[in-house]
Amino acid sequence: MEVVDIDARAAKLGINWSQVNFDSIQLPPGEDFGIESDDEAVYHDDQSEFDTGFGNIIVVDHLPVVPKEKFEKLEGVVKKIYNQLGVIKENGLWMPVDPDTKMTLGYCFIEFNTPQEAQNAKEKSHGYKLDKSHIFAVNMFDDFDRLMNVREEWEPPQARPYVPGENLQKWLTDDKARDQLVIRSGPDTEVYWNDARQKKPEPVHKRPYWTESYVQWSPLGTYLVTLHKQGAAVWGGADTFTRLMRYQHSMVKLVDFSPGEKYLVTYHSQEPSNPRDASKVEIKVFDVRTGRMMRDFKGSADEFSIGGPGGVAGASWPVFRWAGGKDDKYFAKLSKNTISVYETETFSLIDKKSMKVDNVVDICWSPTDSILSLFVPEQGGGNQPAKVALVQIPSKVELRQKNLFSVSDCKMYWQSSGEYLAVKVDRYTKTKKSTYSGFELFRIKERDIPIEVLELDNKNDKIIAFAWEPKGHRFAVIHGDQPRPDVSFYSMKTAQNTGRVSKLATLKAKQANALFWSPTGKYIILAGLKGFNGQLEFFNVDELETMATAEHFMATDIEWDPTGRYVATAVTSVHEMENGFTIWSFNGIEIYRILKDHFFQLAWRPRPPSFLTAEKEEEIAKNLKKYSKKYEAEDQDVSLLLSEQDREKRKALKEEWEKWVMQWNSLHEEEKLARQNLRDGEVSDVEEDEYEAKEVEFEDLIDVTEEIVQESM
Amino acid sequence: MFRPGGLCFEPITATWLYSELFTNGTLTGLTIHHLKPSKSQRTLADQIRRPSTVASSVMTIECVNPEGLRFNQMKSSSHQTLETRMRPILMKGHERPLTFLRYNRNGDLLFSCAKDHTPTVWFADNGERLGTYRGHSGAVWCCDISRDSSRLITGSADQTAKLWDVKSGKELFTFKFGAPARSVDFSVGDHLAVITTDHFVGTSSAIHVKRIAEDPEDQVGDSVLVLQSPDGKKKINRAVWGPLNQTIVSGGEDAAIRIWDAETGKLLKQSDEEVGHKEAITSLCKAADDSHFLTGSHDKTAKLWDMRTLTLIKTYTTVVPVNAVAMSPLLNHVVLGGGQDASAVTTTDHRAGKFEAKFYDTILQEEIGGVKGHFGPINALAFSPDGKSFSSGGEDGYVRLHHFDSNYFNIKI
Repeated sequence: MEVVDIDARAAKLGINWSQVNFDSIQLPPGEDFGIESDDEAVYHDDQSEFDTGFGNIIVVDHLPVVPKEKFEKLEGVVKKIYNQLGVIKENGLWMPVDPDTKMTLGYCFIEFNTPQEAQNAKEKSHGYKLDKSHIFAVNMFDDFDRLMNVREEWEPPQARPYVPGENLQKWLTDDKARDQLVIRSGPDTEVYWNDARQKKPEPVHKRPYWTESYVQWSPLGTYLVTLHKQGAAVWGGADTFTRLMRYQHSMVKLVDFSPGEKYLVTYHSQEPSNPRDASKVEIKVFDVRTGRMMRDFKGSADEFSIGGPGGVAGASWPVFRWAGGKDDKYFAKLSKNTISVYETETFSLIDKKSMKVDNVVDICWSPTDSILSLFVPEQGGGNQPAKVALVQIPSKVELRQKNLFSVSDCKMYWQSSGEYLAVKVDRYTKTKKSTYSGFELFRIKERDIPIEVLELDNKNDKIIAFAWEPKGHRFAVIHGDQPRPDVSFYSMKTAQNTGRVSKLATLKAKQANALFWSPTGKYIILAGLKGFNGQLEFFNVDELETMATAEHFMATDIEWDPTGRYVATAVTSVHEMENGFTIWSFNGIEIYRILKDHFFQLAWRPRPPSFLTAEKEEEIAKNLKKYSKKYEAEDQDVSLLLSEQDREKRKALKEEWEKWVMQWNSLHEEEKLARQNLRDGEVSDVEEDEYEAKEVEFEDLIDVTEEIVQESM
Repeated sequence: MFRPGGLCFEPITATWLYSELFTNGTLTGLTIHHLKPSKSQRTLADQIRRPSTVASSVMTIECVNPEGLRFNQMKSSSHQTLETRMRPILMKGHERPLTFLRYNRNGDLLFSCAKDHTPTVWFADNGERLGTYRGHSGAVWCCDISRDSSRLITGSADQTAKLWDVKSGKELFTFKFGAPARSVDFSVGDHLAVITTDHFVGTSSAIHVKRIAEDPEDQVGDSVLVLQSPDGKKKINRAVWGPLNQTIVSGGEDAAIRIWDAETGKLLKQSDEEVGHKEAITSLCKAADDSHFLTGSHDKTAKLWDMRTLTLIKTYTTVVPVNAVAMSPLLNHVVLGGGQDASAVTTTDHRAGKFEAKFYDTILQEEIGGVKGHFGPINALAFSPDGKSFSSGGEDGYVRLHHFDSNYFNIKI
């Protein structure tokens, strides 16, 4: 409103300005005088988020100090370097100049579009040599405060008082010598004692949402690792499971332990935003006990995988394979045409370089020694034969190699004590239309590593499964055609034939597609999983006899306990029905069965290797009767106690039931009259007492015709 | 010679049954007898849709068919293994899945309901079909028989419940609802009936109490009492009378069991959520003396409750959803029937579905054994009042009538 208008209005209303006391006017409180604006923009602007951090800025130090004339040239050089590493924001490069001398100060700030780019640029360019005297020192801007506060003088770290740790292996001292197992079902993760004497599991620890994907025992059973958004954690301890250490690695997907459980490898991969790019992979190696990250590896998925013969893309887990033995000294990574072997003292490549092996597709460590076996397929359409070789680490000396002709694929199987290596070789037939299989058997521990070729009796048989006897010299093969293949057992040394492989037996037409040796050897389960609905045959290989056959309908998984006394069969939630697990004795007697809906995982807690020497073990086996007496007596006591408990429980249940029945009967009696009234006086309930029912049968035989029905129906 | 366990049928269906046995079982012997039916059978049977030839002869085939009752090896060594060969009678009279089975008080007649609109009555000793009740135009969900076996009430998806004359098969009265009738139950004295209806366009599920007139001429359709379930969208699968008609016990899809005052319609008790069923209650069966009842649920359990206090007494756990439950009037046994949902049944292996009637010890809650045979989920179970036989009805359209062998009565656990 114009002042004129206001005056006009005032005149119209008969208001004399001079008489108005402006101070007496009271306005309602608040900026809007209590009147809400209906303009939504008033309320909803200023809501946009400000990124207050400077995470996308890096500071580049050790630049040359140049005068004004050269300023633009230097700026151009720096821009050129960093434009390769990321997108610099507009006006994102700022090189401060000394106002007095007009010289640059030898550092600059660069702002990138994203913190990731800044991080990447920092990592890539730190240590970049511009020339001899100018080596870049690059830091994140956000880190500067921290770096500034570092004291000039070094202070010796304070030694923290020693806190005695828990006995992490207390579970091994269980006086009933039971084994533990972990199961996951629904949201719960539970650890149980397998109490076969009581015929039920005894709970140890239960926790809902313990892990966000799966759990895994460390190879010697000390730790249980769980996966979370923020990283991995290991649990263990004397009595209950407490968290021992955390390993920060956001969105960790997979974990793997070194065989001596000194190191934990964590894996994370990120799907690329652009589907044409390879996904990003980040792998970290932690020291399990200190939780310190020893090394991390980053890169695109291509660097961690090879286009295998099957053409399977993506990294195959574990990416890093650990050399055998408890020392955890070496680990190897296979990538295109190279094998990178690292050693854990410095976490760097042995001899600072990888091994170049053209077209290598598979590597496999011996479980006990630092020997690597590798397989190179045929090249140039058969001109260059396929090759299987054994390489000694760290010397990288080839111990043995064998050329193989017209090979389509190879699979390597090490025997658990590293004495033998079996290579299953699939060869093309002459027409190249089909393949047949044979084995190359390496005797590692013998002089010059002799190789023996084994062909099946019927060499056209397909090989369905292969398994070495743990610690033994025998192996089992399922071969032949589905649905009823044969199972054969071979031995690398028999009494007659020490240096030659010989067949022990062939079992004809078995419903089996998987082999599960007991960890102590001697016993094996021939299992028909999936298509065979869970057929189980418990077989004694020493006596070559079947101990029992059973069925765990729909079974998907079989796992022996670490002692070879019990075996668990499970139906995991790949099926909707029958989820749960069954515990069997080694000879096929069902001990108990637990049903759990949404059953995901079952894993026995591994045990470290026994301290007994082989001689001592043999002696115990010889005098087993003497040793077992004590345990038999204990078993007897337990079973007596059990049946006693059972009897008492039943008695209590019966008594409780009787009480109910008595109560019901008396009430029923009380209500008798009322009921009679409801039934219009009919005498009701127990008329059977009043009228005795007699069954009278009238049988009049009218005619009998007997016809003989042919039996061969 | 004549064994009640034999297979009996009307000549009309003879050829069909003959072939069925041929393909299914290992038939090792076959004899054909001509027998007169017993007196009691004839009295009721004479008038209803019965071929004249049957009045004078019933044909039976005896066969050795290793189908039937299996008793598991028990967990402890003191348990005995019982291998019995109980020959079931297969009754194929329905074209669609069975929904409900009920014996009359004397135990000589078995009434079956199915989705094929036609409730059927059978002789309970030999499985001979006595007659059918025609008039419904939808699946029949439930039925009940009056104490004197004169009246039958049926509830159907055609939105009616009908009263029938058992003897003549005549339709006496039709109660009309605006929604499918799910369950029916006569009170003590048969003067009242409780009928539950599903929710339907514009109506929510409800429990209706109807007065049943002595003379069908005087019958009226008005409800004495209408109870509304708290959640009208959930079906009430079963409602029965409590002791002395004072209460009504209901259970349904909302997994809760409720006890209502039958006079005032007030909700008296509701099962505890902690101990109660977790999923839909599919069936409810009460003890002969109305003191306790058994419920079966999709949560794979059956639970035994005190009918007056709604105290949970026992829980029986199985591996498949429970569709039907029954209690033996003779021994402390309960039977659970069910199986994988019909829509989820796979074609790989018939064992996958677990279409087995499972016997449990009422007191110890332990499984005693199971009766296999159905090749679809079991939807209905009933014990004969003498406890010497039971029948099961399946999604496969068969009623299987089992007379127990003598070893059944000697099971020790």
